[in-house]
Amino acid sequence: MSALQRLFKFHGGVKPAYNKEASTRLPIAVAPMPASLVIPLHQSIGGMPRPLVAAGEKVLKGQRIGGADGNVSSAIHASTSGTVVAVEMRLMPHTSGLSALCVVIEPDGRDEWIARQAFEFRSASPGQTRDFLRDAGVVGLGGAVFPSHLKLNAGKHGKLDTLVLNGAECEPFITCDDVLMRERAEAIVNGAVIMREILSAERVLIGIEDNKPEAIAAMDVAAAEANCKAGDAAIEVVSVPTRYPAGGAKQLIRVLTGIEVPHGERSTDYGVQCFNVGTAYAIYEAIALGQPLISRIVTVAGNVAQARNYEVLFGTSMKDLMALCAPLPDSDRIVMGGPMMGLLMPGDSVPVVKATNCILVGSQALFPPPPPEMPCIRCGDCAKVCPADLQPFEMYWFSRAKIFGKAQEYNLFDCIECGCCAYVCPSRIPLVDYYRFAKSEIWAREVEKEAADVARERYEFRLLREEREKQEKAAKLAAKTAAGREKAAAALAEAVKPAATPEEDAKKALIAAAMERAKAQKQEVHPENTADLTPEQQAEVAAIEARRAEIREMAKPHLRQDD
Amino acid sequence: MLNNSPYFLKPASVQSVMLRVLLALLPGIAAYVWFFGAAILVQIALASVTALAAEAVMLHLRGKPVMMFLGDGSALVTAWLIALTFPPIAPWWLTVVGVLAAIVVAKHLYGGLGQNPFNPAMVAFALMIVAYPSLMSQWPGVGFSDLAPQLNAIFGPRQLDAITMATPLDALRTALHTPEARATVAGVLGSDASFGNIGGKGWEWVAAGYFLGGVYLLQQRIITWHMPVAFLATLLVISGGFSLYDATRFAGPSFQLFTGGAMLAAFFIVTDPVSGCTTPRGKLIFAAGIALLTWVIRTFGAYPDGIAFAVLLLNIAAPLIDMYTQPPVFGHKNKPAARP
Repeated sequence: MSALQRLFKFHGGVKPAYNKEASTRLPIAVAPMPASLVIPLHQSIGGMPRPLVAAGEKVLKGQRIGGADGNVSSAIHASTSGTVVAVEMRLMPHTSGLSALCVVIEPDGRDEWIARQAFEFRSASPGQTRDFLRDAGVVGLGGAVFPSHLKLNAGKHGKLDTLVLNGAECEPFITCDDVLMRERAEAIVNGAVIMREILSAERVLIGIEDNKPEAIAAMDVAAAEANCKAGDAAIEVVSVPTRYPAGGAKQLIRVLTGIEVPHGERSTDYGVQCFNVGTAYAIYEAIALGQPLISRIVTVAGNVAQARNYEVLFGTSMKDLMALCAPLPDSDRIVMGGPMMGLLMPGDSVPVVKATNCILVGSQALFPPPPPEMPCIRCGDCAKVCPADLQPFEMYWFSRAKIFGKAQEYNLFDCIECGCCAYVCPSRIPLVDYYRFAKSEIWAREVEKEAADVARERYEFRLLREEREKQEKAAKLAAKTAAGREKAAAALAEAVKPAATPEEDAKKALIAAAMERAKAQKQEVHPENTADLTPEQQAEVAAIEARRAEIREMAKPHLRQDD
Repeated sequence: MLNNSPYFLKPASVQSVMLRVLLALLPGIAAYVWFFGAAILVQIALASVTALAAEAVMLHLRGKPVMMFLGDGSALVTAWLIALTFPPIAPWWLTVVGVLAAIVVAKHLYGGLGQNPFNPAMVAFALMIVAYPSLMSQWPGVGFSDLAPQLNAIFGPRQLDAITMATPLDALRTALHTPEARATVAGVLGSDASFGNIGGKGWEWVAAGYFLGGVYLLQQRIITWHMPVAFLATLLVISGGFSLYDATRFAGPSFQLFTGGAMLAAFFIVTDPVSGCTTPRGKLIFAAGIALLTWVIRTFGAYPDGIAFAVLLLNIAAPLIDMYTQPPVFGHKNKPAARP
């Protein structure tokens, strides 16, 4: 750890009670194999993987059971060996209470791996490495579950200044990264070395909040070893001040490098990229050991007799996992994640997934219901703590009044929903709920607008088509009559052969010219706005045309004959 | 129904904010009582009772939960500020009408807590000084601090001449404005012991009490430094500048800062979050604007003090100022150019 590392501050932030001690007293334990595993196919940002197995099939541990759907997606694997008993809709670990397609596996108890093989990333192209990681199901384990292979791209510059490893873990109660760093520092740093090579990064900064001295010490040792091996000092462990949300990717990048990556822009364009330490560990396991992502460390904390971290296979039900920690009788809710940003679970039957960093058991005593909401007095406390430098009370005002355009003008979509504003609000206004509401309304309106645009486009296209058909008919008719006239003229010419006058020649030439024109017109008719399009747009147009043709085909029986 | 994240909140409430504001007023009130007698306490009690009653009635009429809002303390803050800006020997109905105007009209008819575009206490002050200029200008001199005549002034028939006088600020303005008097600032301020050493005998200590309370509010992070500093600095610079230009016609900064309601305004009135600006730069402009207008009205206007009018004028401008002073959001300030 360098004393010379200059740190920057991010605006705002809060210091809630951290409550991290309870779950760090004991080392990581491996959660026992459950009787059945319910593995959702959709566990990351991006496309939903296609199921690759069917009920009745035998699978091995680490076998791919969901194939990535396109590049913005990530594969899913069997967490253990056994039999697929169903591929069906099951309740998802999300507040909405919606169900999604899951592969249900009955373990055979042998826990038999597929053939594992390290991936020679040095001899592979960056594209091949990314494909490998996509198929190994590696996604961001900080909670956002963004497919990691998409971030392992040095961007337009081909190299990176700084690779940031996020070990800040700023949310109260959560300690999964803390214990991972304490116990498996070497693997994390090995992961960082691999990532650094892929990204051609100058240096690696590992940011850890200063309330985790054990983790910092362990990581320091591992980093020193790696630096010694490499003969440089590229990897540095940096202790950052404990202040929520220091573990937000953008906040940590700011603290460590002073760079602010604006909303909607790629951090690689600013020469920096940020990964969670758990992700670095997963990348190490995938590339060095050939093990796809099938488990993770999960903190079980809150209203339980013994809080602890477990290594849990994806698909294990939260109920089974919680039972290991003996939830107290007055428990009334399960939160996935921490108390600041965590999601309320619709029940305890939902499975542990890649996004599950913590299972927080709540009670009325631990998380008392908020007092009744008072009007906003514009005290500005929310603006003081906002790490995105927003004016939360203005966004609240416009969200509440449903003036969504104004809310957007006040940068609603820069809000990271960290909850600092609601945490300090003296009027106890659930501010983040208002922002979520406004965002979802805006999204819904955008979808509606898109649908309206498509409808309008269709209507315009229909007008265009009708016009074209009319012209075609007219051209055909013209051609027909022209041909008739020509025949008649020819017959006439036959009859009075020698009397071919110059007028008749002129007439013939005129007719021929008209026919030429009609032919040319027929060929020329096409919508003008498709004249110069990029290949992607052309592909899109082609796809849309294909869909339209399909729909027209389907609609044919229902249409009047003359349409 | 369980709430969404965040699941635990910092212990904070509107009530705690308001109570700490009241607490911060105590040193100023103590000095007030020491120099000018207990009449101010009577006025505070009168204003508080009226405010709470008016608040309860309005909440009931508006169909709001009465007990929840009555306990928030905001009506008490308004009441205390009215009592502290009105003359302590004002007749009881003057205070009552002022408080009713503030609570009923300026607060609840505009939508209640958090919705009022104008500072309610300043609405009350402006209204009453326009309607009853002479009653609003009768202040007790130092030494007339016996409770009996004061109570008589508040509740009895008015025989005030014996114990009242204009405030130092008012007296100076009147003297300087009288055409034939050819008075100078030094001449006026030196003419009477009641002008004290800095800003009027006794008043300078009350102002010091408010300053102390303001420091407490800053320490508690209920207010930020922007408004008090911008207000006091602007008043200091402008009065200092004009005093340098012509010390016979313009009173200096120490008098301006420690007289009238300047200190109370700097920490307790200008800083009202509901009706003021909220962005850091907006706060500076807002408070500086109030100070400027205050000085103009004090120096050239016809009223004893200009703070109320200045505040109301800037209240109108606050949303506009806020709109044009939005701070840059994360990633948009001194934006590092993406590498070429």
